[in-house]
Amino acid sequence: MNFKLKDIVPQLITVLAVVLVFGFFTYNAQINMENRGIDFGYGFLSQESSFDVQFSLIEYDGSHSYFRAYLVGLLNTILVSVIGIIIATILGVIVGIARLSPNYLINKFAAFYVEFFRNIPLLLQIFFWYFAALRALPLPQDAEAMFGVFFLTIKGLYVPAFIWQNFNIFFYSIIAAIIAIIVIRAHAKKVQENQGKQIPVFLISLGLIFILPLLSFLIGGVKLSFEVPVLKQLATTSFIYEGGVSLPPELIALTLSLSLYTATFIAECVRAGIQGVGKGQKEAAASIGLTPNQVLKLVIMPQALRIIIPPTTNQYLNLTKNSSLAAAIAYPDLVLVFAGTALMQTGKAIEIVSITMFTYLTLSISISILMNWYNKKIAIQEK
Amino acid sequence: MFKYLKQLTSLVAMVAVLFTFTTESMAAKKSKTLKNTQKKGFVRCGVSQGLPGFSNADAAGNWTGVDVDVCRAVAAAVLGDANKVKFTPLSAKERFTALTSGEIDILSRNTTWTLSRDADIGLTFVGVNFYDGQGFMVRKSSGITSTSQFKDGISACTNIGTTTELNMRDFFNSKGISYEPVAFEKADEVVAAYDAGRCDTYTTDKSGLAAQRTKMKNPDEHIVLPETISKEPLGPVVRQGDAVWEDIVRWSLNTMIEAEEYGITSANADMMKTSDNPAIKRLVGAEGELGAAFGLDNDWSLRIIKQVGNYGESYKRNIADTGILPDRGPNQLWTKGGILYVPPAR
Repeated sequence: MNFKLKDIVPQLITVLAVVLVFGFFTYNAQINMENRGIDFGYGFLSQESSFDVQFSLIEYDGSHSYFRAYLVGLLNTILVSVIGIIIATILGVIVGIARLSPNYLINKFAAFYVEFFRNIPLLLQIFFWYFAALRALPLPQDAEAMFGVFFLTIKGLYVPAFIWQNFNIFFYSIIAAIIAIIVIRAHAKKVQENQGKQIPVFLISLGLIFILPLLSFLIGGVKLSFEVPVLKQLATTSFIYEGGVSLPPELIALTLSLSLYTATFIAECVRAGIQGVGKGQKEAAASIGLTPNQVLKLVIMPQALRIIIPPTTNQYLNLTKNSSLAAAIAYPDLVLVFAGTALMQTGKAIEIVSITMFTYLTLSISISILMNWYNKKIAIQEK
Repeated sequence: MFKYLKQLTSLVAMVAVLFTFTTESMAAKKSKTLKNTQKKGFVRCGVSQGLPGFSNADAAGNWTGVDVDVCRAVAAAVLGDANKVKFTPLSAKERFTALTSGEIDILSRNTTWTLSRDADIGLTFVGVNFYDGQGFMVRKSSGITSTSQFKDGISACTNIGTTTELNMRDFFNSKGISYEPVAFEKADEVVAAYDAGRCDTYTTDKSGLAAQRTKMKNPDEHIVLPETISKEPLGPVVRQGDAVWEDIVRWSLNTMIEAEEYGITSANADMMKTSDNPAIKRLVGAEGELGAAFGLDNDWSLRIIKQVGNYGESYKRNIADTGILPDRGPNQLWTKGGILYVPPAR
């Protein structure tokens, strides 16, 4: 009995202290807000926002609610994070492997890239890419077409818009192709385990993913046409492109700087992971006649991944949180739209900042859960 | 013995706590902000991050501008020295939080007086020190000379966290023009992006346009369009709930404007003590007991005029002589065709 009490009392005191501290801050904020005539409440979320946002994935203008504005910012944050994570991972893996290359030039170049980009503050890099791009890119009227349809200008990258007919058939054909590939892979694995025969799964998969959608065009009635951007004059020296899809330079600069910066850290994780696998593993794999490709794919990578994944998760979280620096270059992310403009217009500082903090927390925890699940999946299965 | 000692100490502590609370609340009735300011020995003033003519720091860190002069006037009135001001540069986004949270005591940062700001967020506007309106700047080479030439797809650079974003939407919506808003957190980035050609137009308060134009690579390549799309009365702001402090800031500003009306300048203020006009004598502290109402001495207004100057001097020094807006426009005294009109100090 006595022993148990000794265990419980410190816990209770801790809980009490936490509650007291939070209680004090809440109470204090309440008193101060009351004194200054500030109301607390989330009712503003349904009010009309009456400000416009430059770039949005969902339909939005100032006649929508503040909640809609919040969604616009959130989706823009997720967009830049997802693109950034994909590019950073691809680049990071390539550079990480390149750092271990026996080729002196490749090796040193990769090392230089890593040291250069990870040692310069990210905000500075964002400014550099944004303003360097603004200085270097041509005005719309001077831009030269790339492949006749892309226009990279100071006002954004203009790409043709896809105009689909019967898009759902095309979409189903891709789903069908993916399911077929999964089935074939499972079958190939079984065949190999039972008969030791290898089926060229990769080539078959490649074929499927091309042929099925192609069929949907030929017999499914799917049609695709392009809307190419066309130059339009606004005033003597001011032009824009109309039609097509426009990617703002802010998005491009932010994605570029976030990926280039985070890729350096991922590259180091990859290098550490590969070097962490014993040399004997590679030699043993080679001695049983595996090709260098197979050695990397079947022996080194599965072991290296266990070392790579946990620190890489950190980098994904960093990238997502760093995307809040977007406010500096006018990319309308969550911080700029919601914790910026919306906060200013409503004056609801505590409410908006708490929502924003909670949102970032949710984003980070979601990424963590996903990566932990993947980590567990590839961990050593004790039998 | 020790037992009693312990009880005694806790009793003393409790009494002490109680006592501090009572004295505190009695002083608070007077003015907590005034008391704190006098104790600290400086006025805590929130300004912009650099807007020539309004609040701008030179290389040595000396702040100048008409907004800065309001804070200096308050310092001269309550502390006797116009230099006893601690300036905190704030972005448009941070400014109100800094004031309501008590980080600063006056916000003098080209801030527009609107109903929702005054009523909603625990602020009180004390007056107007600059009558402004939102306008547009474009490149001369674009050939645009009026907002009626704006066309669908125009991109407009501006700051976030200002009334500008709302006015811009109202304006383009009423004209039925689709536009691309590009909103930055800091003014310097807005100017850099517009200057580089990212946007076709740059929109903010006209005084701000005139001031930022001086920062461009080649100011002569840009013009401010004649149309004004909104009313922007800019003025100092204080926290809600301290009426005495509010009055001090309001009447420090009013003193500067009224001093100009009566021709009292920093140079002739002392001589004006012997004036025949009782209004002038009240302003320089030679008649009446006007300072007593705020808990200040009677020379408070004289110090403002002597150390900071009247409104006209401040305008000339900061805005006219620097070439930002040589023409005072609406910011001229009501007696000279403008709309500057303050209640009498009596």
